[in-house]
Amino acid sequence: MTPLQICLLISSLLFAIGLAGALTRRNAIIVLMGIELMLNAGNLNFIAFWRFGPNPEALTGIMFVIFSIGIAAAEAAVGLALIIALYRHYKTTDLDQINSMKG
Amino acid sequence: MSVTLCILAILILGGAGAAMALPRLIHCALALALSMAGLAGLYLQMNAQFVGFAQALVYIGAVAILIVFAILLTGGEGTAEVGRFYGSWRMGVGIALGVLGVLGLAVLSSRALAGQAVPVPEAQVREIGDLLMTDYVLALEVIGLLLTAALLGAVILAMPSASARTGSATHPAKDQDA
Amino acid sequence: MAETLDQIFVALKTWLVSFAPGQWQPLVSAVISVAAIIGTFASLFALTTVLERKGLGRIQNRYGPNRVGPYGILQPLADGVKALTKEDVVPRKADRVVHFLAPLVLVVPVFLALAVLPVGRNMVAVDLDAGLLFFFAVGAVTELSVFMAGWSSRNKYSLLGAMRAIAQMISYEVPLILSSVTVVMLAGTLSTVEIVEQQAVYTHGLADWNVFTPWGSAGFILFMIAAAAESNRSPFDLPEGESELIAGYYIEYSGFKFALFFLGEYIGMFAISGLGITLFLGGWSAPFAFLSGIPSYLWFFAKLMGLIAVFIWVRGTLPRLRMDQLMNFAWKFMLPMALVNLVVAGLWRFLPGGVTRWVICSAVVVGAYLALGRAVSGRAGPARRSYRFAD
Repeated sequence: MTPLQICLLISSLLFAIGLAGALTRRNAIIVLMGIELMLNAGNLNFIAFWRFGPNPEALTGIMFVIFSIGIAAAEAAVGLALIIALYRHYKTTDLDQINSMKG
Repeated sequence: MSVTLCILAILILGGAGAAMALPRLIHCALALALSMAGLAGLYLQMNAQFVGFAQALVYIGAVAILIVFAILLTGGEGTAEVGRFYGSWRMGVGIALGVLGVLGLAVLSSRALAGQAVPVPEAQVREIGDLLMTDYVLALEVIGLLLTAALLGAVILAMPSASARTGSATHPAKDQDA
Repeated sequence: MAETLDQIFVALKTWLVSFAPGQWQPLVSAVISVAAIIGTFASLFALTTVLERKGLGRIQNRYGPNRVGPYGILQPLADGVKALTKEDVVPRKADRVVHFLAPLVLVVPVFLALAVLPVGRNMVAVDLDAGLLFFFAVGAVTELSVFMAGWSSRNKYSLLGAMRAIAQMISYEVPLILSSVTVVMLAGTLSTVEIVEQQAVYTHGLADWNVFTPWGSAGFILFMIAAAAESNRSPFDLPEGESELIAGYYIEYSGFKFALFFLGEYIGMFAISGLGITLFLGGWSAPFAFLSGIPSYLWFFAKLMGLIAVFIWVRGTLPRLRMDQLMNFAWKFMLPMALVNLVVAGLWRFLPGGVTRWVICSAVVVGAYLALGRAVSGRAGPARRSYRFAD
């Protein structure tokens, strides 16, 4: 296996773990963490293709990851604020029990 | 596959697995931080110094702390969760395994990825800065705007509204049954 | 002669490395650097603890430790023996793994952070292209350690201390980084070595330190205030306020682990003071051209001890802040001031040099200080101070 393939396999595994967590856990915070893991799997792909790809002198992969890290930070902040607002309303973060749209 | 890469892969995947499977939420958050530290190490291993440090700074210093705060604010730190998985967890795991299978097959069977020796690239901070100020300046501005909006939005969302504050102060159990 | 003395440690390291066989040389070089850093700063830590206790004692009109050794200078040895022989108590309800890991997660990053500080000419463990970013990245890990310690102890006081510590560290990290960004803007590099080298040039015999400019002096003061808050030093020692939380997040630690926390805290203080010196006080360079014969590392450590003395002085002088005062100060004064300082640094960069530049930049800094100070304190001007309980 080439180093690129190893990196891509690690990132696929990371993506699958994040997806499994986001699909199976009940707690909203863990679901958010799963989404973060999937985002990071994407970042790892960008870096791997930049590092082992044919055109490393174009820093496109690096740039994508820098912006994606910024977006992930914003996403985490808003997501957690939403979860806290939900918790204040329903007194739980269990996604199964948050099932009514009425305020 | 070098030893360093092996250790980093174990850190990343073990941390991620623990973050998704452990019963206590705080342990999950700490495992996530471990996984992110491993990723930062992997980026450093791949000569992406700037991104590696940014990863550590943002994910360990900000996102993990934010998650920990959210866990404490939602009262989930005390005991282990019972029934932390959905009843339909088999389906979720199956979907994840399916995705993994498709991705893994694609990666392993692709001929475009195999066997090309490339020179080791260097990403100097100065080059990144130059690019951010020239080609990517619009994206930089937009992300600044996005972060400001996210900051304000998060503050507004997490701030208890005036009526809720007085309501919950006088009748703590009022909105319990919502 | 001065040249030899200046480079004596570098030469010593090269000489030691030359004994190692070829492919081991990078490893041996790294090990020597790490050993030197740990040895130097750990002994500095021992010295500082006794100096701090004696200094505080003098401020409080008592002697301080004076029993062990001449003038009590061997007190750290006695403290060390005591810490090592104490029973290591772990609360029954504690989360053992996290409780065990927390001191390690504190001590390792703070020592790592020292690696990018140039302590002398050619004396830096690793010269990273993104050295400053590295410093802040490993500094961020310490916040997690504080939380781990506080949460895993299962003690209300320690959890309160940890929450206070994280809130405080996150709030003050913003002005800390923003005030460092001014230096990065003007220097055009993130490498600590280059930042120092740019300051080690002399005009009319005076060094070009960043602190000798309007934006630099404002940035330095902001940086040091934020640094005191980051390292949980008085007057920002709410997370471990003895009279409120006993010892805050490390209340449930004893023996060697407690000593590790203590060590981590002091090394963190050295690291952040060292960064302040690197960014604003010219690192290892001498203030005047005629003094540059004195070895560079002596200058660095003299500046470091000077800043530590200021920390001790401040600790003995100022009362602890309240939590709301702390937060208001961070978000309503430090942050806007740091942003204004960023604008001033930009002005300094693009205005033509000369007296006009000085006047404009100083006016903006002082004006912002006065306006913000009045807006935050809610007073129209400096009021006559009344000592309510002392009159």
